[in-house]
Formats: sequence, structure tokens, C-alpha cells
Amino acid sequence: MPLLKLTIDNIEVEVEPGTTIMNAARKIGGHVVPPAMCYYSKLEGSGGKCRTCLVKVSQGSFKDNRPMPKLVASCRTLVQDGMVVQNTTSPEVIENRRAITEFLLLNHPLDCPVCDQAGECHLQDLSYQNGLEETNTDEARRTFAPIDIGNLIKLHMNRCILCYRCVMVADQITDSRVHGVLGRGDHSEISTLIKKAVDNDFSGNMIDVCPVGALTDKTFRFKSRVWFTRPFDAHRKCTKCSGKTVLWMKGEEILRVTGRKDKYGELEEFICNDCRFVYKQPKDWEIEGPRKIERHSVISQNHYEKLDNEENEDKIEA
Amino acid sequence: MEKLTNRSRVVSDKKMTFLEKIYLPAIIKGMFITLKHFFRKKTTINYPEQKREFSQIYRGQHVLKRDDLGRERCTACGLCAVACPAEAITMVAAERKPGEENLYREEKYAAVYEINMLRCIYCGDCEEACPKEAIFLTDRIVASQYQRLPFVYGKELLVEPLDPDKRIDVSVRQTDEVRDFKLNKRFAHNK
Repeated sequence: MPLLKLTIDNIEVEVEPGTTIMNAARKIGGHVVPPAMCYYSKLEGSGGKCRTCLVKVSQGSFKDNRPMPKLVASCRTLVQDGMVVQNTTSPEVIENRRAITEFLLLNHPLDCPVCDQAGECHLQDLSYQNGLEETNTDEARRTFAPIDIGNLIKLHMNRCILCYRCVMVADQITDSRVHGVLGRGDHSEISTLIKKAVDNDFSGNMIDVCPVGALTDKTFRFKSRVWFTRPFDAHRKCTKCSGKTVLWMKGEEILRVTGRKDKYGELEEFICNDCRFVYKQPKDWEIEGPRKIERHSVISQNHYEKLDNEENEDKIEA
Repeated sequence: MEKLTNRSRVVSDKKMTFLEKIYLPAIIKGMFITLKHFFRKKTTINYPEQKREFSQIYRGQHVLKRDDLGRERCTACGLCAVACPAEAITMVAAERKPGEENLYREEKYAAVYEINMLRCIYCGDCEEACPKEAIFLTDRIVASQYQRLPFVYGKELLVEPLDPDKRIDVSVRQTDEVRDFKLNKRFAHNK
């Protein structure tokens, strides 16, 4: 099959048939990549729920050059030959993204000062990017009675944006899914049917895939804010997973262990619960070195880096 | 080259005259200047008895406010510490236990909250960063000490007293923007 040609924000790219617009944009990289709250490249069938990645298709293909009538979800729309896509160049898309962000925040409690996800929360980033610092609604936010889903993972249903990522992790990574989404519409919630503990060797990955603070590490709960900890790449020999993790340390203490996330906030590899929750001593790990954190992230605050190597000099000049 | 001021003098090592050698005229001149200062208005005050007028927004010792029900407002979010250019603030958060609802406003609170008053540069960035209206700088002066350690102020010195009469009034310090922010119901997270 020949490669398909498409244009995103006036940048041409050739991709294989069957690629989504999102992945074509990620091939280009940079600002043309639409934000995604629910799409997760490592999870089959994810995407299409949050609508933050909507883009405008101003030309369907070479054969049929009419624009698509509505904005389309870039994570679920396949590329056609000769497609012309507008992401940040279309005011309609930007306006729409603002509105979607507002919708996502309708029921999201603004408890960032309490939430452990603050500082690495995708919804926080999204609302900052879209400049939404106030809400237009008066109505009470939807609240749920707290549900206990085990002693390793803390569920805050109030913060959930129903991206279904955690359900898919449980479905695809673990061998027995014990939780899902109950109810419909405004009342839908992530829950385990019989309040049965989520008990599986890979259940901890739900914490990492959650874009907001709905699922957080109970062993890390209120221990420290993310930006007071120092992330280190580390690995250990593990029979269940690759053992490649990030240790979030404060002094000599390992406060939290997570998987390694790429620039789209997606895990490079899923890690097992032993690595995540059990081994919390520095002697259990082989530390490779400090993890690079993007400069605009709050996590990089007060982390001083030497600026004398060549790589950094390039950055300063640029 | 043109001189910038006319105050510069060319240094010379010329021999002093007899009058200059006995120094008496110079001493008398100096004494006269000293005497003149006796009759001038004093620039100093007797500090503990007399106090200078402070600006209403003087930035002195911090206070951690309680809300109207006497609960601590601080939720140990760490924004003050990350905003602090001198890295003077440290904190340890803890989870509120059932039955402590009258002590802390949110489910998380600062179990330890320390400001190193020697490090602090009193810039007020912590006050600006605080999303919970918890920390304010006041017009109180940080007391001097003989040792360095007592300058690390813990919660016992920072949190305002529970007694309503002893509360620290910061109402004049809140700008119009802050007052609007609190009254505006669109910012529901600040209730």
C-alpha cells in the first residue's frame, strides 16, 4: 500500500494507511499535536471520549475535497490521502477546545491544593493552555460518596473525567477486571461492583494512566507535593515487568515509584505492583540518574541544572 | 577631561603651616560641628517606648490565618514554598482524621509548617501565591534572637491564636482584587 499524504497546519507528512490524524500529528510533533485526555496509544480502543482532540478537516481527501461537516476527533479518525487538517490554525478548533475544557471542568472539583496529582495533571495543563481560570456555572458539582478500592489505590470519584483509561488498563493489562463504569450520563462513575478490592499485579498502572487525580497512589497520599520530590530513573531485576521506573525521592527516601512517561504523558512500559508499591528502599534499585523534566513543568522548579554542557548551550541560543 | 563634579581635590603632600601643625583650629572646627548637632532635631526614637508609624502593607512577620470557624486555612499545597525565592518555607502535610473537622478546613493540612526568618526576604510572594488566603505578612517585626535556631518559626508562632480577640487583622492588607476574589462566587473553590 502506498503512503498517504496529508497536511496538518500546513505541514505535510506521509503516513501509512490506517493511521489516525492524532498519530500523524505526533509524527510531526510540536504544537500541531492535539491534546488528548482519553486517548492512550498503548491501550487498544482508547480515545473518542473526551473530545479535546477535535480538529477541523478542511479537505476530506484528493478524491472528495469537500470539508468534513463537523469537527472530528483526531484520535479516532483515520487519515485519507490528500487530507487537509487544521489544528491550531483554525480559530474554530481553538474556540471549541476552550468549550470542551470548560465542559470537563464542569464537575471537576477545584481542589488542586489538596490533590496529589497537582503539578502533573493533564487537566490542569489543559485548562492553563486554554486560559480558563474561572467557571461560568453556579450549579453544585456532582459528588459521590467515597469508595474504598483497596489499600494501594485511592479513588476520588469527584475528580474523574470518565476517560475510561483505567478500565482499559484493567481490561487489557491485567487478567481479571474488577471495576468498570456504572450508571449513565451525569451519574456514571468508576466503581468496583461489589466494592471488591482492585487486586492484581498490574493494577497500579491505573494510577499512571489517569490523566487527573481520580486514581492516586495511596502510599504516596499527602506525603509530598510532586515538585518537592526529585525524580530519578532507576531499574531493578523484576520477573513480572521490565523493572524500569522513575523514583520520586526526597533525600534518601523513596516516596513514590511510577512508570516512565513520554512527552505525551503516556507510560513507556507498564510496571508491576511489586516495583511500584513494595520496593521503597534505595538499596533495592539501581539508580541511573536524574530524570529530565521539561523546563516549563512545575516539577522542575528549584531544580538547579548546570548550564555548561553543549546541549544546554544550544537551548539558550535557541 | 571634563570633571564630573567639583568635589574632587588633587592630592598633594605640601608642608603644613604652623597653624595646621598644632591642629587646634581643626579640632575647634570639628567640635563646633558636633555642637551644632546637639540642637538639631533627633532622627532616632526610643524604640520600645516610642514606635514609628508603619505602612498598612508593611511586610513583616507572617501569620497563618484561621477561618471564621477557627479552622486552619492552610492546606499544605506547597505553592508558597515553590514561589519563595529564598526557599525559606518548608512543610509536611498530613491527612485530617475524623473528628478534626473543627481544626482544619480541608482534608489535608500542614502538620509542620516552618519559615526560616533569616532566609526570608519579606517579598510577599507567598501571600500572593496562596490559593487559600491562609498566609499573610503582617506589620509585626520578627523579634531578634541570640541564636540562629529560634528564627525557624514553626506553626506555634505562625498560626494565629484561636481566641477571637487575639486574631490578627489582615483586612487592610487584602487588596480589592483579593476581596473581589473572595466575594465572587465563580471562584467556588475558595469558599
